[in-house]
Amino acid sequence: MTSAIIDVRDLAIGWTRDEVLVEHASFTIERGEIFGILGRSASGKSTLLRALVGLDPPLAGEISITGSPPRLRDERPKFGVMFQHGALFGSMTLGQNIALPLERWSDLPAAAIRAIARAKLRLVGLGASEDESPAKLSGGMRKRAAIARALALEPPLLFLDEPSSGLDPITSAEIDRLIAMLARGLGLTVVLVTHELSSIDTIIDRCIMLDRETRSIIAAGTPRELRRSHHVRVRDFFDRVPEAV
Amino acid sequence: MHLLHAMAWQISRVDGRLEVAGELAITDAASIWRTLNELARDPPPALDLDLSRTAVLDGAIMALLVDVRRRLAASGTRCEFVGVPARMQTLVQLHRDERAPIEPAPRRRGAIAILWSHLAGFGRRTYQLVSFTGAMTEALGQVARRPSRANWRALRPLIERAGADGVPIVVVLNLLVGAVMAFQSAQQLKLYGANIYVADIVGISVTRELAPLMTAIIMSGRSGAAFAAELGTMQVSEEIDALRTMGLAPVPYLVLPRLFALVAVAPVLTLLGDIVGIAGGLYVGVHQLDLSAESYLNELRSVLVFSDVWTGLLKSVAFAITIAVIGCHQGLAVTGAAAGVGRSTTATVVFCLFSIVVLDTVFTVLFRTVGL
Repeated sequence: MTSAIIDVRDLAIGWTRDEVLVEHASFTIERGEIFGILGRSASGKSTLLRALVGLDPPLAGEISITGSPPRLRDERPKFGVMFQHGALFGSMTLGQNIALPLERWSDLPAAAIRAIARAKLRLVGLGASEDESPAKLSGGMRKRAAIARALALEPPLLFLDEPSSGLDPITSAEIDRLIAMLARGLGLTVVLVTHELSSIDTIIDRCIMLDRETRSIIAAGTPRELRRSHHVRVRDFFDRVPEAV
Repeated sequence: MHLLHAMAWQISRVDGRLEVAGELAITDAASIWRTLNELARDPPPALDLDLSRTAVLDGAIMALLVDVRRRLAASGTRCEFVGVPARMQTLVQLHRDERAPIEPAPRRRGAIAILWSHLAGFGRRTYQLVSFTGAMTEALGQVARRPSRANWRALRPLIERAGADGVPIVVVLNLLVGAVMAFQSAQQLKLYGANIYVADIVGISVTRELAPLMTAIIMSGRSGAAFAAELGTMQVSEEIDALRTMGLAPVPYLVLPRLFALVAVAPVLTLLGDIVGIAGGLYVGVHQLDLSAESYLNELRSVLVFSDVWTGLLKSVAFAITIAVIGCHQGLAVTGAAAGVGRSTTATVVFCLFSIVVLDTVFTVLFRTVGL
């Protein structure tokens, strides 16, 4: 019996049949690992993540999450998602943002929901910001709050879209540490889209690298294995070799 | 050919070279561009760009030189940068992809192709609107079966915004419309000594047509545009996607409360519009036509029947549904960034006004046909 939580077979993603970003992509993600989707900008990382969570249908191929294809229906979700810019609801406080999925998918009284929301915020280091509006938060705080919201329903699987990009190196390292701590502490499987070398080296167990030239996965394995790859574009990625302009 | 500019720069055509000298900066870009084009006309087989006497060259002028070079190369003239001073090597290097082929001018489309693309676009938008209305109907069915599925908490602030906040403008506009209606009729009625009939004209036109129409126009500008902007902003900031990943469908969660709010406030605002519109007519009747308030109201009571009022209120509900559907659909269909939100907000107001007038015509004909 396999321990794969996500199984992707012969996947093609993109906008139309003429604008394919990645094709023939096959990989599995094991329970409990922090799995990285790497690649340069415009290589299709976020598009792949959107396909994995069911926001955009793939052009071809199959995705299976715990045995069934991802479908965003009116039902309790099997996973949590953190979007690149947080996507917090601006008309609500942080506490209300986190309470929203709980109000929808649990029959807990308001006081219990508030207690859970407060605990989730404390978990990500925002215990004192329950009544803050997202508009008043810094980029790093917004990302932390979005992680807290993604954790609200205790999902076993977490998708994170570039959680540490656009932040200063210290905040970025703090977010990486937080993700690793949450994954280990809560026994989560984390799928992480990133191009941050520090994140790749410090928290990712296994990863794939997408390539926009060949529109395919050009490497798969542990970060250490990828660093030893002979593929020129994998080497260029890790060595930060700029593309000829 | 030789051209000398009075300013700090000089471009001249000498022995198969375009000699660029002096200080060339964006402030002189227009005259440099004209000079370059003039000198590059009827080129020989080779016409290099000589920068050996160039003292200052900024990025904008470099871009102009690169474009001239690209066009010369495309017409078969060999053109290279020569005599580039060491300090300008990097600038030239940065612009080294100047040999990119000239893109062919887009082919002009024929009238039939343009018409077809407009028809296809209209068909696509209509299909999307019908699909959206279908999704809304399905969500309404779900909420009817399980009322707890609707986002009732959002209803109160929405009613407050669409209703209470809109009262002042509804009152002022309908009062003025009633008064204007009475003013316009006053002159003609005076001629025939039929002053009292101002109550009939104002009463019937306000309750059956003007109050529902004016209120709907105000709601389109206030609520319809606000719905499109709010949902559009949520769309571009991925908040709608976030909702979906939490298992919350946007239609029941975001659209239905807005629909319910408008349907709830539209008849109330229209009734208010009826009252103040009639009051506007009363004011003009008393001050311009020497009517007493009592005679105006007695005449109104004798001519106005219940169907005049409820047909207007029924129309207002239909207008409210139309505004909510168009506003929310436009908001959820936003693509791109801020410009997309602006476009959808504008489109909402235009579509709403168009639909309201068409719907009003249909209702008026229908009511008259069935004798209402």
